[in-house]
Amino acid sequence: MNIAREFVPLPHLAVLHAADVWKSYDKGAIKVLNGVDFHAYARCTVSLCGPSGCGKSTLLHLLGGLDEPDRGTITVNGAPLRLGSGSLRLLRHEVGFVFQLHNLIPDLTLAENCLIPTVAAGTNPRMARQRLLQLTESTGLTHRLDHRIQKLSGGERQRTALCRALMNRPRILLADEPTGSLDEQTSRQVFDLLLELVDTEAITLVMATHDRTLAKQCDRMVEMHDGKVYEPDKS
Amino acid sequence: MIFFKLIVTNLLRHRVRTLISIAGIAFSVAAMLTVVTILQGAVAMFSGILSSDSELIVFERNVSDLFFSNVPDDAVKEIDGWPTVQHANPVLFGIVSSTDHPIITCFGVTPADARIRNATWLKGSRDNFAKDDAVVLGERAAEFLNAEVGTQVQIGHGSFRVLGIIRTANGFEDGGVFMPLATAQTFFHKQGVSSVATVKLRNKDEAAAFKRAVKDKYPNLIALEDDEFNRSYSQFKILTATAWAVGGCGLLLGGLGVANTMIMSVFTRIREIAILRVTGFSNGQIAGMIFGESALVSLAGAAAGLIIGFDAIFALKFVPALHGYVDPHLKFFVVLAVVVLALLTGAAGALYPAFYAIRLRAVEALRFE
Repeated sequence: MNIAREFVPLPHLAVLHAADVWKSYDKGAIKVLNGVDFHAYARCTVSLCGPSGCGKSTLLHLLGGLDEPDRGTITVNGAPLRLGSGSLRLLRHEVGFVFQLHNLIPDLTLAENCLIPTVAAGTNPRMARQRLLQLTESTGLTHRLDHRIQKLSGGERQRTALCRALMNRPRILLADEPTGSLDEQTSRQVFDLLLELVDTEAITLVMATHDRTLAKQCDRMVEMHDGKVYEPDKS
Repeated sequence: MIFFKLIVTNLLRHRVRTLISIAGIAFSVAAMLTVVTILQGAVAMFSGILSSDSELIVFERNVSDLFFSNVPDDAVKEIDGWPTVQHANPVLFGIVSSTDHPIITCFGVTPADARIRNATWLKGSRDNFAKDDAVVLGERAAEFLNAEVGTQVQIGHGSFRVLGIIRTANGFEDGGVFMPLATAQTFFHKQGVSSVATVKLRNKDEAAAFKRAVKDKYPNLIALEDDEFNRSYSQFKILTATAWAVGGCGLLLGGLGVANTMIMSVFTRIREIAILRVTGFSNGQIAGMIFGESALVSLAGAAAGLIIGFDAIFALKFVPALHGYVDPHLKFFVVLAVVVLALLTGAAGALYPAFYAIRLRAVEALRFE
């Protein structure tokens, strides 16, 4: 894929870098990020912890190019992000997203939902199918391929969302409270699966979560409050 | 395949809304097809009157309507004598009314006229035509005037004996009254003139030379070949334009229905569009999905509209008032134009929704409940 040439992995440098990033809403009335500096290295897992409204989701959106900061720069694989630029679409295939709500299309089957990103990327259907089978096997969803989303349990839906996020072999996965809507046991299962896949696929994971138990299992845990990021050992 | 399923799925999600949109386009297409076909049929029949056993028509230059055209009898006689001309027949058009029938077309013709010669004589004989003031009625005219051969019929302010009843393939002629030319000239106060002269040449290739000769000899007259006349006659143009305009208005209404469906389609799945954005859908793909939906609605509407339109045209053939005026032979061009217009209308209806969808910011749309 061209993406690989566009975003050259640089293992010894941060693949994600936010430098002095500011973000506010309502014409500055609601200040969410106040000069955030953040970085994530290749193949590392980073958890963002903090209370609701501290800016975790906003930071993830900025890192994934879904929004742009008021000030500061976001760099992905060394390339600065700019909304509306052509490279942003390539970034969509380079970065996978998992949300608290699965955000699957209910009228489609599990397989069809997972294949959506491959349609966007123009992937060969046969290759896409192979990738789908590989991921659903890893996540234990093979027997559910042709089932509609309404028929799946909460855990299965979130695993489906995980498969969808990984379909285009992204190098970075941004997860916003991926287990937030699941019960404790299912949450644990999904999170273990997430870590396993991230490890197998050699992906950089940045995950926003309230669950400190889960957060501690990541390679690095950072805290967010007052719109800033703190490394726990430095705070 | 998934892309197509995304399109179809959304239409199936709101079936009633989709069906209403399809019905809107269908009725618009049917209306357009019917109106255009009827008016084109009428135009074809009127032009058929003019081109009956002739290739050229001579009439007064710069008149807005053939009813106002005056071609002197002397000119017709002289043209008839030209060596390149096989025959030139004068025809005087007139309109009268009778009780219950506001419009009856009258044709002032000579016994040599193809309309009299080639018609099927149901009653009476053409041998006596133009020997007195007796008139010949088209089959439909005889029906609505309740006339028989030998009886008197009231036509306008005059009363005429019926000489015969004829059947023609042309709706206008079938509903018309044929008078001897001299009688018609007196009746319509147009002594010594006819409305047109229909001309048949010995050799079709001499049409250009004939037209030049008419122009040189009679500067106030013009000769046009039948096709040329059909293209340039302002009444035909007005009729055709009116037909397309009326049909176009119908399609516009259908287009508004599609626009409404597409707008609702976008508004009710803002979050879903956001997800497609997040998974990498480009502006083109998002817009393609919206336009794809409108194209499917338009195509389904056009198909249903064609079926309804065909049935309506078929049924109209049996309406007595329209007998002979509805041309059951649909032109491929008209069908194609109607389908293309339906698709364009659908596309126009999807423009704003597509624009709205591609301008959606994923991060805001994801917060949408």
